[in-house]
Amino acid sequence: MKRSIKCLALGGAACCLALSTMLAPAWAGTVKVGAIFAVTGPASFLGGPEARSAQMIVDEINKAGGINGDTIELIVKDTAGHSEKAVSFAKQLIEEDKVVAIIGPSTSGESMAVKKIAEAGKTTLISCAAAEVIVNPVAKHVFKTPQKDSFAAQMIFEEMQRLGITTIAITAGNDGFGKAGKAQLEKMAPTYGVKVAISETYDSKATDLSALVAKLKSDVSIQAVINWSVVPAQAIIAKNMRQVGWEVPLFQSHGFGNIKYAQAAGVAAEGIIFPCGRLLVVDQLEESNPQKARLVQYKSDYETKYKEDASAFGGYAYDAMNMVVEAIKKGGNDRAKVRDAVEGLENFAGVGGMFSFSPADHNGLTIDSFAMMTVKDGAFILYQGK
Amino acid sequence: MSPDLFFQYLFAGITYGSIYAVVAIGFNIIYNATGIINFAQGEFVMLGGMISISLLHFMPLPLAIASAVALTMLIGAAIEILFIRWLQSPSVMRMIIITIGISILLKEVALHIWGESIRSLPYFYGNEITTFSIGSVHISPQVVWVILASAVMVAGLNLFFKSTPIGREMRACSANRTAALLCGINARNMVTLSFMLSAGIGALAGCVMSPITYTQYDSGSALALKGFTVAILGGLGNSGAAVLAGILLGIIEAFSVSVVPLAFQDAISIAILLVILFVKPHGLFGSGDAARLKDF
Repeated sequence: MKRSIKCLALGGAACCLALSTMLAPAWAGTVKVGAIFAVTGPASFLGGPEARSAQMIVDEINKAGGINGDTIELIVKDTAGHSEKAVSFAKQLIEEDKVVAIIGPSTSGESMAVKKIAEAGKTTLISCAAAEVIVNPVAKHVFKTPQKDSFAAQMIFEEMQRLGITTIAITAGNDGFGKAGKAQLEKMAPTYGVKVAISETYDSKATDLSALVAKLKSDVSIQAVINWSVVPAQAIIAKNMRQVGWEVPLFQSHGFGNIKYAQAAGVAAEGIIFPCGRLLVVDQLEESNPQKARLVQYKSDYETKYKEDASAFGGYAYDAMNMVVEAIKKGGNDRAKVRDAVEGLENFAGVGGMFSFSPADHNGLTIDSFAMMTVKDGAFILYQGK
Repeated sequence: MSPDLFFQYLFAGITYGSIYAVVAIGFNIIYNATGIINFAQGEFVMLGGMISISLLHFMPLPLAIASAVALTMLIGAAIEILFIRWLQSPSVMRMIIITIGISILLKEVALHIWGESIRSLPYFYGNEITTFSIGSVHISPQVVWVILASAVMVAGLNLFFKSTPIGREMRACSANRTAALLCGINARNMVTLSFMLSAGIGALAGCVMSPITYTQYDSGSALALKGFTVAILGGLGNSGAAVLAGILLGIIEAFSVSVVPLAFQDAISIAILLVILFVKPHGLFGSGDAARLKDF
């Protein structure tokens, strides 16, 4: 009898031990992070690389044992570029999946639609879209990683002043990015003493712009063209301008920062001037540049894993995901602590630039996050001026 | 407007127009054989461009284009056999919905195979900035290629439909399916053939225009919309008329830029289309008598 009790006690203890080791991983748990990207649809050139970049970080971290023993679960939702889908996904992630933070959405329209939901749900949202209105006025839980549009416009106008250009034409795609950029350029031009002679928008699916180019060229006062879009038309306009032998400088937005567009325009892309993050010219950066290590790591990791060129767009999500990881290290699986940790990031070396957030600045970048670039022999190089 | 500028607009218009026309021809073939509009026509154009670009890594340009056309024809045949052939006397509406479904399917498949980035074939002659200059007017050699391709297609199709037995059989099926069956014509095979033919023509169009317009997984739908407009404008079923209507629409669009902002370009062309359809409901070159015999 005594013996059997002893056995029972031993067995029970063994059972407890077995049970506890079995349950151990579950106690360490997982931290859920939401991602809302336009992986398919017209903005897939943004969402595709973004989703892949974020997933790459999560895979690496989980392979190395997670953060403080917690694995990260990235829940990627594909909006196909639709704001209404972004809204319902955001609600689902916050209320059902109980994510600690959300990265994305990819486009400005979607980000603005989701902004209020993140605020109401008290969940950090790090948008990967460009428009300034996302973080201006500042919302407590909403951040963004891409550089402000106005920095790009400012750099272009400063370069125009150096070149003595006073009359320009503006062309833009009729999507959110193009329209916001066009308004920004028209507003800023007078402060730099630049007159906008013609300002036009074209369909984002435009297949040829030679009629538009004929119209612009017929106005002999135009000394330069600024094109602001993220669609293939930015390669088409370059081609059409050079085909009619019109040699005025062509400035493009940071939307041109994808080598595919330069390749598509071929020799017509030579000499295009545009501001962009330094990822494109990582090989030409000096070792002392504080961003260099991060850029080299992103470029080599991404290109080895996915066998395609790393783009600035993927970089937006790479930065956002790294920020969330950094914040989880400090705040664990706690929404409020994670938000505070993101806002507290200082001199954070990202792909887009050196981020320093503050309660008044949820973009955290300065104009130095852009560098002026040009196309030479089919490759992007730092622009040295004329 | 100076003469130089006039001609520059004119040639821009011809560029647009020849692109629209070359897409519109494909619509007409399937319409002629089946009486339906194939809304996946734009995807055939995209597939032709994409496949030839991928094949270019392994073979010279003419061979890549020929293989892309052949492959797209096989895809066209496969689609017809899989989705349409087994239907028992389907209604026009049902067939149209099916083609819309096929269009979405092909687009998604292309997204998975080629990703979202833009691609293009190299210029057949010269490079991106090569132009022929006539006075101070410039025209890209690729535009000449597109016009040439549509001319060859129209001539070839006319010859095919008028003077080959198979062509005549296809026309017979289109005119009266029951009568054609009674004459011993295999109507189902004719429909398969029309899908192959229009897939091949779409693919060739996709190849010649790729250097100008670029190719992306979803570039088909926008082109198909314009091509469809042009096919209706010219009078459905008539390929020669489609070319004329395409160039007319292109020229109107190009000149509209000189007076109104570019953003209104499509509004202008659609407004003109509406006016023409009110005045001539069967298209510019269509015949009312012939149209009464069709389903729509």
